[in-house]
Amino acid sequence: MVIGVGNSYRGDDGAGPAVARRFTAQRLDGLRVCEQSGEGAALIEAWQGADAVFVIDAVDAGAEPGAVFRFDASEQSLPSRFFAYSTHAFSVAEGIELARVLRRLPQRLVVYGIQGESFSDGAGLSGPVQRAVNRVADRIGEELQARDA
Amino acid sequence: MKTRTIRVDNLARVEGEGALHITVKDGAVSDVRLSIYEPPRFFEALLRGRRYGEAPDITARICGICPIAYQMSAVHAMEDALGITVDGPLRDLRRLIYCGEWIESHVLHVYMLHAPDFLGYPDAIQLAAKFPAIVQRGLQLKKAGNAMVALLGGREIHPVNVRVGGFYRVPTRAELAPLAERLRWARDAALETVRWVATFGYPAFDQDYTFVALRHAAEYPFNEGRLVSNRGLDIAVREYEDHFSEEHVEHSNALHSTLKGAGVYFVGPMARYSLNFDRLSPLAQEAARSAGLGPVCRNPFQSIIVRSVETVYACDEALRIIDEYEMPEKPFVTAAARAGTGYACTEAPRGILYHRYRLDEQGLIQAAKIVPPTSQNQKSIEADLRTFVAGHLDLPKEELTLQCEQAIRNYDPCISCATHFLKLDITRL
Repeated sequence: MVIGVGNSYRGDDGAGPAVARRFTAQRLDGLRVCEQSGEGAALIEAWQGADAVFVIDAVDAGAEPGAVFRFDASEQSLPSRFFAYSTHAFSVAEGIELARVLRRLPQRLVVYGIQGESFSDGAGLSGPVQRAVNRVADRIGEELQARDA
Repeated sequence: MKTRTIRVDNLARVEGEGALHITVKDGAVSDVRLSIYEPPRFFEALLRGRRYGEAPDITARICGICPIAYQMSAVHAMEDALGITVDGPLRDLRRLIYCGEWIESHVLHVYMLHAPDFLGYPDAIQLAAKFPAIVQRGLQLKKAGNAMVALLGGREIHPVNVRVGGFYRVPTRAELAPLAERLRWARDAALETVRWVATFGYPAFDQDYTFVALRHAAEYPFNEGRLVSNRGLDIAVREYEDHFSEEHVEHSNALHSTLKGAGVYFVGPMARYSLNFDRLSPLAQEAARSAGLGPVCRNPFQSIIVRSVETVYACDEALRIIDEYEMPEKPFVTAAARAGTGYACTEAPRGILYHRYRLDEQGLIQAAKIVPPTSQNQKSIEADLRTFVAGHLDLPKEELTLQCEQAIRNYDPCISCATHFLKLDITRL
């Protein structure tokens, strides 16, 4: 399952949904795709029943715009600073840690973070982030294929 | 001269970005400032020139947790301007969707944002590690609220089915039946929630608030009623701006509100409860009493009990509406565009939400005014903190900081709404 997290009307916060839409277009067999606003409790519901989940979200970690971070949430806890759901209190990281504690994590959960350049109002990704979106979508595609192989 | 500073960067477990600065000079609190630095969002300006029908969809974007509140205030204000009334099953469906929002908003706050404070956990995750079944119950209860909004509104976040005059599509009785099933479970879970929060420890902190809420002749208020206070206010909603004024203060991007003649006032669940206890369902009243509440609640720390009681009420009211529902022939009442000004005030989870719109003959919005509940509560939050800190100056800094944060969370502030919200500085001089 691919879950793109973010708000397409806040500049580079649309990175997650942009990656998800690449997969919506492909219509791969057996692959569920959805877009989420990033509220932690809703994420836990969204991945019910999926055994492998890829979550993509924009981050503001002070890195180079377009930098890509990958976390295997089955192996490690997510740093909550990275994935703050900016105006509401329960973020991607908290949702994942809550799911871990409640034993509601999928068997495999990989989280990709894309460093944004700008999160101001308006639709449209910056150049570095658009390129990162393409790279992340390609990488997830490869990971999905490797699983099926 | 001794300066003490308590600083909370980015107030945690509230919606939005806010900071708190407190100055204590020679052992007395001299200044309290709740700074809302979330950037202003200029929705009132954004709405100008748009068609009246767009207001519910545009204003819903102000908040992801309470979009229904914005949609309800918007449609009622437009209907007031256009001279139409929405009655019968459509009116009931509007109460029903609001029940769903109250449930998901209150439950999120009670379990994830506020309960950790009372039980000594830094966040809901630590709480969940110790009490997984309880947190699961909270998540399921929240989900029931979200399901109601999704069914009636077409989507959980920023529902698409609400329009001026009613809805684009209304459910059949058969479609509501599974919801009733979930709500019966939810009502029990809400009662468990009241029993659970009743076991928490509450500091003695009764305050003499001026409560403001809607009051209706027959119902616990959602969308309709007069604006009343516990100090003699009793006005029609359209008179709001004659009695309430907004001002810009330097330290906040959200306007502060005052009530003429009273100054600081308090909106939200405790205000609703204290002014409308007799309108709660018998089950909700009984739950409140069992939890140790009387018909009036003045201790903001006990707001968590009041939110839980309102969740019981919302489940009860939702079941009543579903039971009596008959699908209306038309999903909405039609309106013709005309010039005029419309006013509305509805009870968002956090308190009264006022909208006013002026339309031209083509139904285009010429002016808009939106006053969210959290901006109205800012002065009250500051007043509480002033009183609270004054009484607890001897506490070690970390402890005092945590308690100040908890005191702010009593208001379940929605700072993103308040700027159309912990960075806590206490400077001790």
